[in-house]
Amino acid sequence: MIELKNINKTFRVAKRNAGFREAVRALFRKEYSYVKALDDVSFKIGDGEMVGYIGPNGAGKSSTIKIMSGIMSPDGGECVINGRVPWKQRKEHVREIGVVFGQRSQLWWDVPVIDSFELLKNVYKVPDAQYKKNYGELVELLDIGEIVRTPVRQLSLGQRMRCEIAASLLHSPKILFLDEPTIGLDAVSKIAVREFIKTINRENKTTVILTTHDMQDIEALTERIILIGKGRILLDGSLDELKSRNSGKKTLTISYVGEKIPSSDKLTVVKDMGGHAEIVIDSSEISVSDAIAAVSGAVEIKDISVEGTTVDELVVSLYKEFRI
Amino acid sequence: MKQYLSFFRIRFVGGLQYRAAALAGIVTQFAWGFLSVLMYKAFYESNPDAFPMEFSQLSTYIWLQQAFLALFMPWLFEQDIFDSIVSGNVAYELCRPCDIYNMWFARNAAIRLSNTVLRCMPILLVAAFLPAPFKMTLPAGWLNAALFIVSMVLGFLVQVSISLVIYISAFYTVSAQGIKMLSITLTEFLSGAVIPIPFFPEAVQKVFNVLPFASVQNTPFLIYVGYTGGVQAGIAIALQVAWLIVLFAAGRLLVRRAMKKVVVQGG
Repeated sequence: MIELKNINKTFRVAKRNAGFREAVRALFRKEYSYVKALDDVSFKIGDGEMVGYIGPNGAGKSSTIKIMSGIMSPDGGECVINGRVPWKQRKEHVREIGVVFGQRSQLWWDVPVIDSFELLKNVYKVPDAQYKKNYGELVELLDIGEIVRTPVRQLSLGQRMRCEIAASLLHSPKILFLDEPTIGLDAVSKIAVREFIKTINRENKTTVILTTHDMQDIEALTERIILIGKGRILLDGSLDELKSRNSGKKTLTISYVGEKIPSSDKLTVVKDMGGHAEIVIDSSEISVSDAIAAVSGAVEIKDISVEGTTVDELVVSLYKEFRI
Repeated sequence: MKQYLSFFRIRFVGGLQYRAAALAGIVTQFAWGFLSVLMYKAFYESNPDAFPMEFSQLSTYIWLQQAFLALFMPWLFEQDIFDSIVSGNVAYELCRPCDIYNMWFARNAAIRLSNTVLRCMPILLVAAFLPAPFKMTLPAGWLNAALFIVSMVLGFLVQVSISLVIYISAFYTVSAQGIKMLSITLTEFLSGAVIPIPFFPEAVQKVFNVLPFASVQNTPFLIYVGYTGGVQAGIAIALQVAWLIVLFAAGRLLVRRAMKKVVVQGG
């Protein structure tokens, strides 16, 4: 159980204008500006939930993760995770969490991955039997059996990331924080990582909190999303809810044989090149299946695709709506 | 304890990998050792009375210094740790259920030991078989040998605690480059790594001797060659213990304060 209440955090940022004169001046008088990284952030996340934490760059995602993982203390507010205050009971708290920072590495650069794993086993004092079981599962699920004996410096990014994720789960944490876990990965690795996250959430009831810019991650993984912008929580709800808010319009792209498709008040043909047409419908007025039925009544459909608003577009429209 | 032993082990094993570096180190240290011995020989020939110890004692001091260089050198840092603080990678280390001070202590101790293990034997062996005044002699006596071992361990620990203070300062200064350079130069000079402390004017020696840096290599080496012994050696060792406690406490205090105001860099 994760509970954040009115969390605030302000950073002091050194600022100066460009140029040599300004640089010299800054030697004597530094100017600082204060940036509110987190402004009254509150939310609750239950056990076993999988939550997508999204927002543009600099919105406060990583700061929230840092506070929840106990490595940074907020200026004000309360944060209780499994009955503990992370930055006050750091050691006890971190024993129960796993963290993956997509842009950083926790594996030792110049030794095989397995050595890092063994080290983590000792650091977290994982009993032999549990370690063996976890190790076996992780190696199988993440398909890293071939690479655990390779020094980290010789791994590709995708291989390394899979090992990073395994490393974060060796001590069976109850909560897993993933800070941009798929950043820079190719399609195959991304899918492997997503599948894996789903599996551990389902099988082990691990609570997963995921920050990402990859909306496919969100779509594939999370039911619930929390949107943060300029340090404030703007939206907290299910992905479907969010979609239905914005997903009036759908586009049907049709390849067909026959006469031109007639427009009607519910079917707007935006493009028809004879054999290939695009139709826009409003799903609150006509359902997709009715629309397809209407079209197939008029022509013979060879191929069809239906596109709603993609999550990417959704998020952009949300960013616009909240002006972040 | 087991946690920190594993940090020790991973660094120790990691350090043993770099055999070419060790070989290069051995060659350099031989060259440096010979140059120093020959240079002092020239000084001794012009005026042997101006020196506080026998030439053979000095040769032994220099060979000990070269053999155990990695154990006591102020510049043996793990760049990874500075980098991790500057880049924010330290976030991962803060996510571990262990004490960051102890962890870094174990790691610094490990690289020093692994470097020493690879390098000391060839140097000690060769130095022992050199012709008479240039060679490394046996310890001045059984008591000196025993005290040397105790003092050596203490000196090593004092040096690690000094290094730790430098690591931790990176939390406060963003870039530790400045404080690193300053500490390296100061420590080398004040610890007797450049010129043995007994070679300084007496008034200067009095000051140097009570500073923590004299507790690093100066104390054990002078005990080995028999320059200090008996009660004096006892006092020197007590001072080592005192400095170890002070530096250890200071390091831990600095870490605790840093943790409270830490800002992990980067997104």
